[in-house]
Amino acid sequence: MIGIWDILDVALFAAMIRMATPLVLAATGGVITERSGVINIGLEGMMMLGALFGVLTSYWTGCPWLGVIAAMVVGGLAAAIHALVVIRFNANHIVSGLGINFIALGLAPFLSEVIWGSRGHSDIVTGLPRWEIPLIKEIPVIGEILGPHSPTVFMILAIVIIANIVLFKTKWGLRITAVGEFAKAAATAGIPVQRTRYICVIISGILAGLAGVHMSLGHLSMFTWGMIGGRGFIALAVMISGNWRPYRVLAIGMVFGFADALQIRLQGLGVPVHFMQMIPFLVTIAVLAGVMGRSRPPADIGKNYEP
Amino acid sequence: MTKEETGRGDRPTAIENQGSRLIKRAIRPLVAIRPEITAICAGFLVGAIVVWVTGHPVVETFYHLFRGAFGSRIAIGMTLTRATPIIFTGLAVAIAFKCGLFNIGAEGQLQVGAFAAAWVGIALPPMPPVIHISLAFAAGAAAGLLWAVVPAVLKVTRGAHEVVTTMMLAHVGILLASYLVTGPFKDPGPVPQTEWIASTAQLTRLLPPTQLSTALFVALLCAIAVYLFLWKTSPGYAIRAAGLNPKAAEAGGVPVARSIMLALLLSGALAGLGGAGEILGVFHRFIDGFSPGYGWTGIGVALVGRMHPLGVILAAVLFGALRAGGGTVARAVGVPLDITVVIQGTIILFIAAQRMTEFLWERRRKK
Amino acid sequence: MRQITKDFPGVRANDAVDFKVAQGEIHGLLGENGAGKSVLMGILYGLYQPTSGEIFIHGRAVAIRSPAEAIALKIGMVHQHFMLISNMTVAENIVLGFEPDGYFWNRKEIAQRVAQFAAEAKLPINPEETVGQLSVGAQQRVEILKVLYRQAQILILDEPTAVLTPQETEALFRAMRALRDQGKTIIFIAHKLKEVLSICDRITVLCRGKLVGTEDAGATDESKLAEMMVGTKVVPATRIGEATIGDRVLEVKDLTADGERGERALEGLSFELRAGEILGIAGVEGNGQTELVEVLTGLRRPTGGKVFLSEADLSGITPRTALDYGIRHIPEDKRKRGIIPGFSVKENLILGDHCRPPFKGRFSWLMERVIRRFADKRIEEFQIQTPSRDTPIDSLSGGNQQRLIVGRVYGHQKRPTLLIAAQPTCGLDVQATRYVRQKLIELSDQGAAVLLVSADLDEVMAISDRILVIHNGRLHEASKRPSRQELGLLMIGGREDE
Repeated sequence: MIGIWDILDVALFAAMIRMATPLVLAATGGVITERSGVINIGLEGMMMLGALFGVLTSYWTGCPWLGVIAAMVVGGLAAAIHALVVIRFNANHIVSGLGINFIALGLAPFLSEVIWGSRGHSDIVTGLPRWEIPLIKEIPVIGEILGPHSPTVFMILAIVIIANIVLFKTKWGLRITAVGEFAKAAATAGIPVQRTRYICVIISGILAGLAGVHMSLGHLSMFTWGMIGGRGFIALAVMISGNWRPYRVLAIGMVFGFADALQIRLQGLGVPVHFMQMIPFLVTIAVLAGVMGRSRPPADIGKNYEP
Repeated sequence: MTKEETGRGDRPTAIENQGSRLIKRAIRPLVAIRPEITAICAGFLVGAIVVWVTGHPVVETFYHLFRGAFGSRIAIGMTLTRATPIIFTGLAVAIAFKCGLFNIGAEGQLQVGAFAAAWVGIALPPMPPVIHISLAFAAGAAAGLLWAVVPAVLKVTRGAHEVVTTMMLAHVGILLASYLVTGPFKDPGPVPQTEWIASTAQLTRLLPPTQLSTALFVALLCAIAVYLFLWKTSPGYAIRAAGLNPKAAEAGGVPVARSIMLALLLSGALAGLGGAGEILGVFHRFIDGFSPGYGWTGIGVALVGRMHPLGVILAAVLFGALRAGGGTVARAVGVPLDITVVIQGTIILFIAAQRMTEFLWERRRKK
Repeated sequence: MRQITKDFPGVRANDAVDFKVAQGEIHGLLGENGAGKSVLMGILYGLYQPTSGEIFIHGRAVAIRSPAEAIALKIGMVHQHFMLISNMTVAENIVLGFEPDGYFWNRKEIAQRVAQFAAEAKLPINPEETVGQLSVGAQQRVEILKVLYRQAQILILDEPTAVLTPQETEALFRAMRALRDQGKTIIFIAHKLKEVLSICDRITVLCRGKLVGTEDAGATDESKLAEMMVGTKVVPATRIGEATIGDRVLEVKDLTADGERGERALEGLSFELRAGEILGIAGVEGNGQTELVEVLTGLRRPTGGKVFLSEADLSGITPRTALDYGIRHIPEDKRKRGIIPGFSVKENLILGDHCRPPFKGRFSWLMERVIRRFADKRIEEFQIQTPSRDTPIDSLSGGNQQRLIVGRVYGHQKRPTLLIAAQPTCGLDVQATRYVRQKLIELSDQGAAVLLVSADLDEVMAISDRILVIHNGRLHEASKRPSRQELGLLMIGGREDE
């Protein structure tokens, strides 16, 4: 019989942080793009592309850091396509995001098979190093939870803090919010609505790419087909449950990350984990139903603005 | 001048007019669906580029794609088999969209519907096939409908965006069905699947050895029913009015909230029927992961088919052909069949960007 | 602005308009709805690009491709529908896009700066308040401050008085004069003659996209301007002879209702309306008319009071029930509430009757043949200019869409018992206006009770049998044959306040 403390051990909490990282990264990207008024349900696909191209670059160059950069570039490019289709050509945000998802979810296994001969997984490549924080690693439990981790894990704190400062403490944040709340008013105030949206969407893609490469290079050092496994959609759940605010996104991301880590652990023990996996989705629906907390999307979300 | 003469003088021009009118009439539908044609061409073009860049023979690939989809009776059977479930999900998306709602959770509704149908197929005692099959379909529809209740209620009472709620519930539905088949209803053995459904619940195969079954007829009947309902009945009128301008519809006595509920529930039921059709016609048991994303593909089908039942059928055949042909391509030239997913995604992206296709056409005309 | 022409699909909004404004004047831009005033100013502010024509500022030709470029040229615009972000503070709205240098955002400092700026501009305001909670007048002040903060020298005010109370209007005019005295140029878009005459130095009149002329305010009067505005002399349909008044149809008792933002919009209205009578409700827009109409048609739930239709209690009904009782509605905003874009003429004609026989047959089937015959009849009777009954309504002109809406009011067999016509001629040309008014009179002659809600005093005076004036959610009865002055006084709540 396995006791509860065999499950709730230090490694589980370390895994929580590891699993929360992609959610928080992608969700923060989601917050930025949605605050500017553009929905991006293509996060899943952008993560997938980031995961694949990160591994691919590391495979070719042997340098995982180049892989990280490549993942961010590819995520940003995919987002740029989404932005172009939505902003320049006035498309429905959902449909465009769906198209991006389809392309990514087709392209990734396609390239995997072409390059490594298996649509299921890639070869093992050089992954990202594991970092520890010098002093903290000496602290008994906390040290073990906080390290060693892939560098991407340590990035999330910085990214969330920067996102929060930019959104709420700078004029750029004010402008982004204005564009997402009432694009026409922002335009008449002299703000370039389109350009603001382009930038925000592309940032979301870059962050999604980073989230993807965390899953591949920062975690398994390879690409597998089911690697992203709906985490792009969970990131949307995190974003909504986090009420489009970076700090809350971080908190909710940790909670869902914990559910994810626990789910993986229990799966290893042969326990059916489907209900654990449902948690993020059910929480989001509860939030939308007003059962727990209230969340309000930006007023002009999903609406196109044409000058 | 007599009347006769004038009449005679007019006649040639009248015929000419008629001639040009006939040509125009023949071309008009093509011009009208220009964005769709452009999108499909763009999809194949991007697919060709991907194939070419990765060092595969382009012409051969597309030859085998076509051959695998339409090259023989069996190929056609395969194509129609693949088209059947996405006719259902395409209709599901379309009927909701006509009410201004985007049901992107058809995948979840399809899976719970499939499981419910499988359960009826297994659990009920022997009975005449007509009744057994009807009950199984009804169970599938009911389960799919049930899965749309929460989004519908939240939309009407809370204004919660149906895109988010249906998407979230889709994942819940997939996980639930997966749980049921890996847990309580698992047939002994390594594969997470249920036992076989009773033979009385199995649909007739139309074109053995393909898995094409009479589910196709059910799908076509549903398409006709959706068309008649939306365009020829009063509640259908209300749904379309509420979708186009809810404020004016409300002022015109249309119960908008009720129309929204009805459209979403019917949408869920249609997706559920699609799941039932797959189980009763193709698999004869519920297998975990049986659907390669029919619900998601249904969105693309509805978009390419312009939310019209006839368009949905044609688009479903196209997308079904891609799936069926993809397998042949993989076997014959070793191009991974995922290429067809890339093509589908590109088509969807170009449909989304209709302005882009217009823009390209305009530019060409200017040159 | 020289020879400005602007085409929209199917419409020429501006046709070779020359428009000159001198520095330091208040210049009125006058015209009926749809005369092209807002479009012309939208071009000046970079919201639209002219199809042809040039713009000169201080003698220099300029191209204005976006509002940002207009702002750089020191042009500012206060829009008719405020361009404010309601969940941001006043200060944030004012400095948006022109934040002080530096990357970080200091709420306190900016609030202080805005407060100081507002005080200097003599338009004091609390910078920390959220815009959504301000009154309309205060929101407008924020808009003006926003424009001034961008150091505008040329201010465009688009129908600024449409939403204001008389007191607020007075305050606005004082502010405008003060700004002029500081050397700023103001372009005042309006369609109310009196206001234009009282505040402007010079007045330019547009009619159907064309320039009619520019006049000195001192050298012209209302009737002359009115003539210029309308083009041809209007002979509006008027009621000839006495109406035959029948039984009481509608009785409203102490009706109260809330507005869109939860504010009290109707403060206990009581009135009755008899068969064959046209009751005109006059008043400045936004005094509760919309809410009154919505409550009577079932679109809004009242918070108190009763509505009786021929003794049946109809308080808080649904639109469907209202239709069942023969309450018909010409909505205020045709595009929003009146028509279903994407539907054909035929389908739009049966809206409201689609759910009852003879259009609805067994199994909720729509009776195509009956519907076709009905549509053809209506198209002919109401002279709806359309290629066919299956043409999408979007491709019809506004006047024809309104004819369709009026045609729909007649129902299939049953004439309406109560017709609620909200701003029925707003935005229509003279001919269509006359047509609609005639139809209203015709309906009342056939025994329908007609409630005419209109901001157009002349319209109310021309065809009503009795006139009520609505002000701040309350009704005031006017005398039997009221003068414009009397109504005007009632419209600003004169009798009570003074």
